[in-house]
Amino acid sequence: MINLDTLGIDSESGNKGMLTRKIEILVGLFLLAGLAAFLVLVFNVANVQVSRGDSTYTLYAKFGNVGGLKVRSPVKVGGVVVGRVKAIKLDPVKLEPVVTLLMDKQYSSFPDTSSLAILTSGLLGEQFLGLKPGFVDDGVSMLKNGDSIDDTQSALILEDLIGQLLYSMSSKSK
Amino acid sequence: MSVIVIDKIANVGRWAIDNVMGMGRAGIMLYSAIVRLPRFKKGTALLVKQLYVVGVQSMVIILVSGLFIGMVLALQGYTILVGYGAEQSLGPMVALSLLRELGPVVTALLFAGRAGSALTAEIGLMKSTEQLSSLEMMAIDPLRQIIAPRFWAGVISLPLLALMFSTIGIYGAHIVGVDWKGIDSGSFWSILQASVEWRSDIVNCLIKSVVFAVVVTWIALYRGYHVIPNPEGISKATTQTVVQSSLAILALDFLMTTMMFGQ
Repeated sequence: MINLDTLGIDSESGNKGMLTRKIEILVGLFLLAGLAAFLVLVFNVANVQVSRGDSTYTLYAKFGNVGGLKVRSPVKVGGVVVGRVKAIKLDPVKLEPVVTLLMDKQYSSFPDTSSLAILTSGLLGEQFLGLKPGFVDDGVSMLKNGDSIDDTQSALILEDLIGQLLYSMSSKSK
Repeated sequence: MSVIVIDKIANVGRWAIDNVMGMGRAGIMLYSAIVRLPRFKKGTALLVKQLYVVGVQSMVIILVSGLFIGMVLALQGYTILVGYGAEQSLGPMVALSLLRELGPVVTALLFAGRAGSALTAEIGLMKSTEQLSSLEMMAIDPLRQIIAPRFWAGVISLPLLALMFSTIGIYGAHIVGVDWKGIDSGSFWSILQASVEWRSDIVNCLIKSVVFAVVVTWIALYRGYHVIPNPEGISKATTQTVVQSSLAILALDFLMTTMMFGQ
């Protein structure tokens, strides 16, 4: 009736050691499975990158309008991801959005005549930064850590376009 | 006339006092069970045993239901998303709904039914057969010997089970979406990875399931420890454990969702 084992009192049964061993192994497997699930979620699903501190460099760019650009949006050159947006802030003096880019050091030879544009993947998709490498000439140096890209093109705001379209249509019909 | 009114008022008052006393007793039970000096050697052995009962034995139901819930989410999501040509977004849809809501909540509900009711029945029977009193007569504190290891086992296992549930659910969605419905495997993973945030999704999933674990185990232990010592009382306590923990889980989930994702 009274099970001493559930009360946590050592009972004098013969194969107790074997049973405890089996339970310990199963509990160990359970904890390891939980840890494995956590690691899969972190590294495979959330795709957290363990990056060494010196593998990136920072660039800045000012835009008129960043539209729907978000932190962690990719920076692409011809479709290849070369960096990510680290921060989007408003310049307190000029009241312009300033985007901080974290670029991969693997791709570090962009001339400072390069231009940045906020593009949209698909018609209604996520927005990303398209980097277009500029020409290389004698007086042109390469972008370094902390440099800013001056030639930028703001996001295309669909509402503005529709507004312009309606305006031009109404002025045409007059 | 006025006597009846006063009686009614007294009933309300008694109901309120009973409830507050119940909460107080539950608080004292938990406090005195977990705020004690731990005894490492003996405590670990007890904890391992309870981890086996509460965690390992709940694993099968959690893994199977996680797999099926992931698969069914993917199937339903696919039929709707394919109408917009957006079937690539299946991955984030399944992963976010699993990590943010279904993982912690469904795991906690299943846990309340699988482990919570068993805890209440076990402790309730110990109480009704005076086993807890006999432990006290042997100078063994039943709170430390019986309640504390079960509480910690619940708090450790439920978050782990919720993580396993979400993980296997995502792989279930992968089976349906990629292997069966023919979504491209690369875009399934890359869009999923782009939209799942480590801080806001996985950490919040863990916070939610730890809160649910504390609440479910606490209710189960309290209902068992303060059972009315007869068969009817045990059956009532077991039912109350499942009903009250399910309601608490759903209400707390709404509260935490508004705090975490409401803005």
